[in-house]
Amino acid sequence: MTVDPGWIDQLKSKFDKEEFRSRQVELPTQEDTHEAMFERSWTDGLPVVPPTPQRVRRMLEGTSRDADEIVVLVPPNLVECTVEKIAVNAVMAGCKPEFLPVVIAALEAICTEEFNMHGVLATTMSVGPIFVVNGPIADEIGMNSEINVLGHGNRANSTIGRAVQLVILNVGGGGPGGVDRSTFGHMGKQGFCFSENEVSSPWPSVAETRGFEPSQNVVTAFTGEGPRLVVDQKSRTPESLTLNLAAHLISTVSSRMVAGMDAMLVLSPEHSSRYEEAGWSKERFLEEITSMMMVDTDSIIAGAGGIEEGLPEAFRGVQLPKFRPNGLIIAQAGGPAGLFSAIIGGWLNGPTGSEPTSKEILF
Amino acid sequence: MTDERILLDPTAELIPATRTLSKRHRSLSDKTIGLLNISKPRGEIFLDRLEQKLTEKGIQVLRYSKPTFTKPAPIDLRNEIATKCDAVIEALAD
Repeated sequence: MTVDPGWIDQLKSKFDKEEFRSRQVELPTQEDTHEAMFERSWTDGLPVVPPTPQRVRRMLEGTSRDADEIVVLVPPNLVECTVEKIAVNAVMAGCKPEFLPVVIAALEAICTEEFNMHGVLATTMSVGPIFVVNGPIADEIGMNSEINVLGHGNRANSTIGRAVQLVILNVGGGGPGGVDRSTFGHMGKQGFCFSENEVSSPWPSVAETRGFEPSQNVVTAFTGEGPRLVVDQKSRTPESLTLNLAAHLISTVSSRMVAGMDAMLVLSPEHSSRYEEAGWSKERFLEEITSMMMVDTDSIIAGAGGIEEGLPEAFRGVQLPKFRPNGLIIAQAGGPAGLFSAIIGGWLNGPTGSEPTSKEILF
Repeated sequence: MTDERILLDPTAELIPATRTLSKRHRSLSDKTIGLLNISKPRGEIFLDRLEQKLTEKGIQVLRYSKPTFTKPAPIDLRNEIATKCDAVIEALAD
């Protein structure tokens, strides 16, 4: 008994019934646990780990915060959500206890007026919350910032974003077909979280650019679509590569829209090396690419080129930037080989949409 | 081996209060109808037409619009509509 830690958890569950505030659901022996969870609509469509008291207790060891602490009001129903309730959903998502502080910080980022998670859910556009993790915690909990960084295969990347989405679904009551009205959705809505490769990156990280120190652990939430690849295997100069990236970025969300949407550009190590070799700073890159993305409004006025979508006549005769100042977020990640980058298109930005939001991860 | 018969409820544990529909009006005469534009393109075209049809029948109409379609209507706006109108028609999408 002394060598089996599972026994301690089981005995605590048996004799300490007041430990949890969450309702305990006892399943009849005839019922299959996994089927029961599907039938109760507790899942995102994939199987979840049964949130037993033992597992939730272990999950709560991942944070020093009190289980009863109310962390956020979860949209759309604006439900008070405790650390314990987040832990229950983190177990279901498949998180390890050390991921819990990241899940909590991610929820603190999106359950804000500025991020506007209610609007992100309700929009018919195909966007969801995307999380970038910076700081020492990324390596400490085994996050992937390299091969297949925006895909599957890494437990931390795959489950942190999923836990957040399960909280929105189960606690906030925001599910597809309910308040979530997305026409298409995208696979990243199952949970989209990755870390930046701060070791190989020549530039300040997303979090540093947003005012944090490199030693701080930070999660940044961004409202975005699924990623789109930019192939450029021939540019050898930063000027050529930047022109090509700008040509792709300018069609983000819609080639007929300017200054209304944000975007995230994920530069691969091989693309980054073009800038590192030429000595370009992040500031210089942003300055150059911004100047390459000034749009002549005459070309996108409603009706121009035979396309009815477009700007009102009042905007005729000027040049406007594709993105607002600081509207293009640069992250560095990806496998060591591949002259590609990825564009993640955003949603309506600013006070009437969703602001990218960063929170420090607290243990 | 973990016993998976007892699970902690991951939901808000809120049994939603049953929200009953407001009493339906048998007639719109002597009623005030709110027309709410959520600020999506062409919502005003739809509501202009409705206003015309309703006022032709002598029904009083009040026009409202949300500041942005991306967010829920501000509580003051909801309160004003609930206070001043007997029913509301909302132009949802383009």
